[in-house]
Amino acid sequence: MKFNQKKILVALTSLYVGIASAQNTTKLKVGLMLPYSGTYASLGNAIENGFQLYVQEQGGKIGGREIEFVKVDDESEPSKATDNINKLIKRDNVDLVVGSVHSGVAMAMAKVAKDTGTLLIVPNAGADAITGAMCAKNIYRTSFTNWQPGYAMGEQAAKNGVKKVITVTWKYAAGEESVKGFKEAFTKNGGTISKELTVPFPNVEFQSLLTEIAAAKPDAVYAFFAGAGAVKFVKDYAAAGLNRSIPLYGPGFLTDGTLEAQGAAANGMLTTLHYADGLNNKRDAAFRLAYAKAYKMQPDVYAVQGYDAAQLLAIGLNATKGDVSKKAEFEDAILKAKIDSPRGTITISKAHNPIQDIYLREVVGKENKFKSVASKSLADPARGCNL
Amino acid sequence: MDYSTFLIQSLNAIQYGLLLFLVASGLSLIFGIMGVINLAHGSFYMIGAYLAFGLAPIVSDIFGGGFIATLVFGVIASAVFGYLLEWAFFSYLYTRDHLQQVLMTYGLILVFEEIRSLLIGDEVHGVKPPTWLEGSIPLTDVMVYPTYRLFISAMCIALAIGMYLVFTKTKLGMMIRAGSVNREMTQSLGINIKFLYRVVFAAGVAIAAFAGMVAAPVSSVYPGMGGGILIICFVVVVIGGIGSIKGALVASLLIGFVDTFGKVALPEAAGVLVYVLMAVILLWKPNGLFKAGT
Repeated sequence: MKFNQKKILVALTSLYVGIASAQNTTKLKVGLMLPYSGTYASLGNAIENGFQLYVQEQGGKIGGREIEFVKVDDESEPSKATDNINKLIKRDNVDLVVGSVHSGVAMAMAKVAKDTGTLLIVPNAGADAITGAMCAKNIYRTSFTNWQPGYAMGEQAAKNGVKKVITVTWKYAAGEESVKGFKEAFTKNGGTISKELTVPFPNVEFQSLLTEIAAAKPDAVYAFFAGAGAVKFVKDYAAAGLNRSIPLYGPGFLTDGTLEAQGAAANGMLTTLHYADGLNNKRDAAFRLAYAKAYKMQPDVYAVQGYDAAQLLAIGLNATKGDVSKKAEFEDAILKAKIDSPRGTITISKAHNPIQDIYLREVVGKENKFKSVASKSLADPARGCNL
Repeated sequence: MDYSTFLIQSLNAIQYGLLLFLVASGLSLIFGIMGVINLAHGSFYMIGAYLAFGLAPIVSDIFGGGFIATLVFGVIASAVFGYLLEWAFFSYLYTRDHLQQVLMTYGLILVFEEIRSLLIGDEVHGVKPPTWLEGSIPLTDVMVYPTYRLFISAMCIALAIGMYLVFTKTKLGMMIRAGSVNREMTQSLGINIKFLYRVVFAAGVAIAAFAGMVAAPVSSVYPGMGGGILIICFVVVVIGGIGSIKGALVASLLIGFVDTFGKVALPEAAGVLVYVLMAVILLWKPNGLFKAGT
């Protein structure tokens, strides 16, 4: 048999062209590594909902490519994080990873992402180091650093005429970073921290600390707790009668997603965060309506962060026409972009953390109502980052 | 620390210790008397707290409500639940080794957590104390003490006295103690040990659930709340002596004091102080402070 060389060549060429042009029309594989069980399950779901909502609004495509999700439940378990993200990258061949909520998990993920060069978008975990000492070209964050709300509250407390403050937190990284941010701004503006109290994580027996606070009588208390710990601390604080004479300040996590459980104990409390109820901008109103329609519940700050993770990805991929490997162009587009977030317009810093307004919110009924802008366009100092 | 602060801290310590006792005494019963390592004990505490949250509206619909009515219903429901659980699972464990007990009771934790997640969800919920206990007593010019915390302490003391009396003064208590020393011999004396154990187990579950219900207005209810309390309960049981109610009471109060004052005086070491206490006591008395059945 005689082969027609020319025909074979044509066939091979067309095959090659076919593959090449198929490259950017294949599905974009997004690894979602989030907590779907345990204490943070509702946060993980909110982040995914937000992300999915944006994808749906774009007609199911980002950067011209359809999306395929590969989901992993990280269980908020740092010891399993390295294995989990490695499986996503090596076994499932995902193009990028989105995650996670728990800072310990996110730190392990950042390390793997840095080593393998895989694109990572962090939609919550606030550990300063992710966009500080561990920052990298391919790691982005759409949430906050623990430092940011703390710093804004430090400025605000000084502005309110508070001179002497006691801080309380769980003895773990997130709490200590938050307190550090508060302390930096507060002492810079003439305040003094008279005592830094800590409780071992996740202990929720606060009575002895409340007694200490009552004996020391500071002008105010700055507290960092989240979830069940936040509920219990705020309730215990009010039950001990301290809220009548010593105002309790904290980052938004002290009253976010917990107001139903805290009830009247939280009423009137002031907290700082990058999102609030009653922001009164069109973007937020549209987002809330769409979210409520799609999921039959109100969005929270976690849903916003998930939504913005998808927005950030879209900005980068639109610039590279769906090619994840063009890292420089991807980064360039994001650093230049003004991201139209429901929380207000944000930009991304050189260290890849949002530069954003931090709002002062007041608890009114079941809402964290917007009161004022505590800190305008606040950027994390990104200590230890050389980008 | 001045004198009045010291007194308030002592009050905090006693109150925390009593609450610990309430949860741990059920574990001491099951672990000490029946010899089953029950990791699911924390889950019974969690179930109790969720009963307080979930049962209150139902009870108030049917019977016009009331905090006490909810408590009574919760205790009965959890005792029945405990009775069935013993029949279905735990009755097969007495003769098995500890590893199998740990495996099965750990499995139960996972099952209970998943059911909780399916039925109620993963959010944190608050439980309101009854209106007649909502007040507070002034302690200093800025600090007050909630009446409800005093109520918890009173409940714990009442339960401690009740358990002590049943254990040492009644025939039932005598049979239980006999069973814990020698199962076969007690059985050969004509005592239905199987039924007896089922009752003890049901009581242990009911006490843990009761503790959860009583603590719910202070602690609120949340996923994984059983896990934290379980570990400290084992510490109580081990320090106090396995199977000793008196020991559980003394150990709970000791831990209450060490934890409360430790947090203030040695905040750097607060996380380990309780375990240091356990290690020291075990070095001094390897079987715990008191003997079983006291």
